[in-house]
Amino acid sequence: MRRAGAILAGLALLVSGCGSSGKPKLTVFAAASLRKALMSYAARFGQAGVRFSFAGSDMLAAQIEQGVRPDVFASANTELPEELYAKHLVGKPVVFASNKLVLAVPAGSEEITRFADARRPGVTLAVGSATVPIGQYTATVLDRLYPRARVQLFSNVADREPDVTGIVGKLVEGAVDGGFLYATDVAATDGKLRAIELPASLQPTVAYAAAALAGGGHAAQARAFIQGLLRESGRQALRAAGFLPPPSR
Amino acid sequence: MSAPRVTRPRWFAALMTLTLAVTLAFLALPVLAIFLDTSPWALISSLGDSQSTDALALSLETSTIAIAVILAVGTPAAFMLATRSFPGRSLVTMLLELPLVLPPAVAGIGLLAALGPQGILGGALGDAHIQLVIQTAGVVVALTFVSAPFYLRGAQSAFVAVERSYLEASRTLGASEARTFLHVAIPLALPGLAAGLALAWGRALGEFGATLMFAGSLQGVTQTVPLAIYDQFAENFPAVLALSAILVIVSASLLLTVKLLTGARELGRAGG
Repeated sequence: MRRAGAILAGLALLVSGCGSSGKPKLTVFAAASLRKALMSYAARFGQAGVRFSFAGSDMLAAQIEQGVRPDVFASANTELPEELYAKHLVGKPVVFASNKLVLAVPAGSEEITRFADARRPGVTLAVGSATVPIGQYTATVLDRLYPRARVQLFSNVADREPDVTGIVGKLVEGAVDGGFLYATDVAATDGKLRAIELPASLQPTVAYAAAALAGGGHAAQARAFIQGLLRESGRQALRAAGFLPPPSR
Repeated sequence: MSAPRVTRPRWFAALMTLTLAVTLAFLALPVLAIFLDTSPWALISSLGDSQSTDALALSLETSTIAIAVILAVGTPAAFMLATRSFPGRSLVTMLLELPLVLPPAVAGIGLLAALGPQGILGGALGDAHIQLVIQTAGVVVALTFVSAPFYLRGAQSAFVAVERSYLEASRTLGASEARTFLHVAIPLALPGLAAGLALAWGRALGEFGATLMFAGSLQGVTQTVPLAIYDQFAENFPAVLALSAILVIVSASLLLTVKLLTGARELGRAGG
């Protein structure tokens, strides 16, 4: 319900945003994995107040396609903003950070202590659903495994969550033994989860892109919000949450 | 300041008509939109999609088991609440009805805190090698939890409405309480029981939040129709509309069943 609520909350934010006085209010749709970093960045963003709707990037993009109009869309990949850009729904996307995929386990886990343990029979894993970026990156990792390892890992998948928040929840509650998450998600749990690095050959490129909505009411502030992510205040907040600089081309 | 008249002022009649029209449009439009946005062909072709069919089969399976459990355990329990007076009965009734007003997310958290691996009973369940989270059994538990109160409430008022003299006559003629319950009370309360059952079933089919939080979402294992709708929302809007249309049809059929079984008057009283 929390996630379904996000859709309604997003709509409600847009409705309530009209006609407020004083500083403009930016509505930002952002990937669930950006929660900590963007909250701290927004607290220091001077040009406008900011309200967030955090959810799976695919869910937010679908809402924008269905006619919901926030001011900024920040996605855990570059494809979704590029698709919306191609449909003239958002301005040119800006890549502002990158992340790493890790195998996350509960802090005291004995089931999984290294990456290969995730393939052991009987181990349960939570992954992102096929449409959300975290699920697509996980699919990329699985595709790079040897067929046998891929089948073993795949048969251990016990749960497909609509966004990273759901995967973190299942891990923290001990409902599954491991899950594929971003390194920043694990850092944000303050020690409840532990990250096991993936072999370098399996690591996908995880790049985050943001775009301002085309024809939005606060276009100048929306652009400033996105540009600020590349400047010191934005970089600092992103770095503090564990994000890496945008991938060099 | 006109003098009071026996006839209703005309402006009030207009206001009532207007508010009813607004209410009807607001509540019916989203439901109708699902059908206007999807063609019968899309509805049928979505049945060829394995994610949709798996979800429909799982929803049917888990809700049927949940309803069977609710029926078996809930009927005698409701009979006791309706026919015996004991200290704390109203408190028990209130506690049993609490899930009715509980947000599903709270239900999910509560189930995790009680039956999750780290919950109060998690250790005992683990020792018995029973795992509920991330399992089809967990879906059944979530559905039972959220929908049981609908049946209990319906069954309790159905038993209350049974003439006490019939039950007493049965006992006087030498039938045991169990026999009276099975052969007198249940047949007499049947329409009310069936109505409660249909409402509970509808609630079980629509369950989303508690299922996602407690049981997760995996095609064919824990992904019921509402979860499949959410999962495909971003990717495949036509399939989502078709699945939604099917749920609307099923729910409408259940509601119609309730109406036919109870009659509009009785439903109005129970729902009030």
